[in-house]
Amino acid sequence: MLCVRARHVIALRLDSSSGVSTYLQLVHQVRQAVLLGVLREGDQLPTVKEVVAELAINPNTVLKAYRELEHEGLAVGRPGVGTFITRTSTAPSPEVQARLRSDLTRWAGRANDAGLDVETMVGMLRSVVNETSRGAVA
Amino acid sequence: MNVVETRSLGRRYGRRWALQQLDLDVPEHAVVGLVGPNGAGKSTLLHLVAGLIDPTEGSVSVLGGTPGSTAVLPDVAFVAQDSPLPKRARVREIAAIAAGMNVRWDQAVVDDRLAELRIDESHRAGELSGGQRAQFALALALAKRPKLLLLDEPVASLDPLARRGFLQSLMAAVADGGVTVVFSTHLIDDLQRTCDHLVVLGQGSLLLSGSIDEIVQGHAVLVGPPDRPLPRGCTIVGGHRSVGHQHLVAVSTPVIDPAWQVQTPTLDEIVLAHLALDPEQHPVRHLEVV
Repeated sequence: MLCVRARHVIALRLDSSSGVSTYLQLVHQVRQAVLLGVLREGDQLPTVKEVVAELAINPNTVLKAYRELEHEGLAVGRPGVGTFITRTSTAPSPEVQARLRSDLTRWAGRANDAGLDVETMVGMLRSVVNETSRGAVA
Repeated sequence: MNVVETRSLGRRYGRRWALQQLDLDVPEHAVVGLVGPNGAGKSTLLHLVAGLIDPTEGSVSVLGGTPGSTAVLPDVAFVAQDSPLPKRARVREIAAIAAGMNVRWDQAVVDDRLAELRIDESHRAGELSGGQRAQFALALALAKRPKLLLLDEPVASLDPLARRGFLQSLMAAVADGGVTVVFSTHLIDDLQRTCDHLVVLGQGSLLLSGSIDEIVQGHAVLVGPPDRPLPRGCTIVGGHRSVGHQHLVAVSTPVIDPAWQVQTPTLDEIVLAHLALDPEQHPVRHLEVV
């Protein structure tokens, strides 16, 4: 079982002014952390009591969020132990993502200077991505 | 099993009815927020459930028994408004007296909380800050390991930081399991985070009650054309957002009329709208019971 090397790597937080329900905010944060590679398979989510004691929210809200994550196949609850992430994102590490993003930012700047509008930029990006993935398949 | 059940419950002080015709079920392990303006009957209801006063009419049962009876008393903890403690007595002495008055007592609960809050046992209760006093009173209540915890305006007089600290302690106690909580408050911004059930009182009558999810799902904000009648199954509750052609409505069936744009209201909006309604003409008063 992978939970032997379980790490506590995420602290959940809330934005009370966002208008998004508390339970959905918790679900989104975990989902995003998995997508960005911050959370990996075997990582332990904070216990219900830890979340509750930190955020002063109803325990049922946390349970509901964790149940939703289990339903999505993103996490699994082990009774008496905790809730663990079951998936590792295939996305590159946050550092690699940041580098790629800054490449793209520079490119968007140059395209903007050249007078390209947003639609043309997105169209160009899409056609390049399509050609690249076709090349990769071929 | 319902932890609290009231049927046609009423209480009169002299000629004034503080509470009338109240039918309420509180399910096990719920965290119930009791809201309403001053004089709505919140304290009266809590005192009736705690067995500190008797009903004028109707009935109330707690954990299947009579409130205040020796069978029920060990399982019910009540923290009165502003957590009154004898000012001159020391923290240690108050804890010892409370321990002696209860058949079941978990001293570790008190010791742990005092240590966490850095409250010195030799301090006098009068020397504690408002937040410390509230937390200490909560620790005394939890040391009973109650099945039902009643709190009358526990956070009303606390500053935001102390309020948060108190709610953190309360929610952590709920996470440990086994306790049903009913607490009154006039601060509705904490409700959605901390409670799963809601009871709204106004002028001694029940205006709205149920699980918070059901209450939110049972309401909608409709935006639509000025002269069009409301869709079937909708009753207007909100005047405050009816600027232009918006209505806050109670819905009994899903609205599938393309002429109306349907939005989800916040709990605050729903509560305020129901409080603002005339109790005599209240549309959902008897439709929803917890």
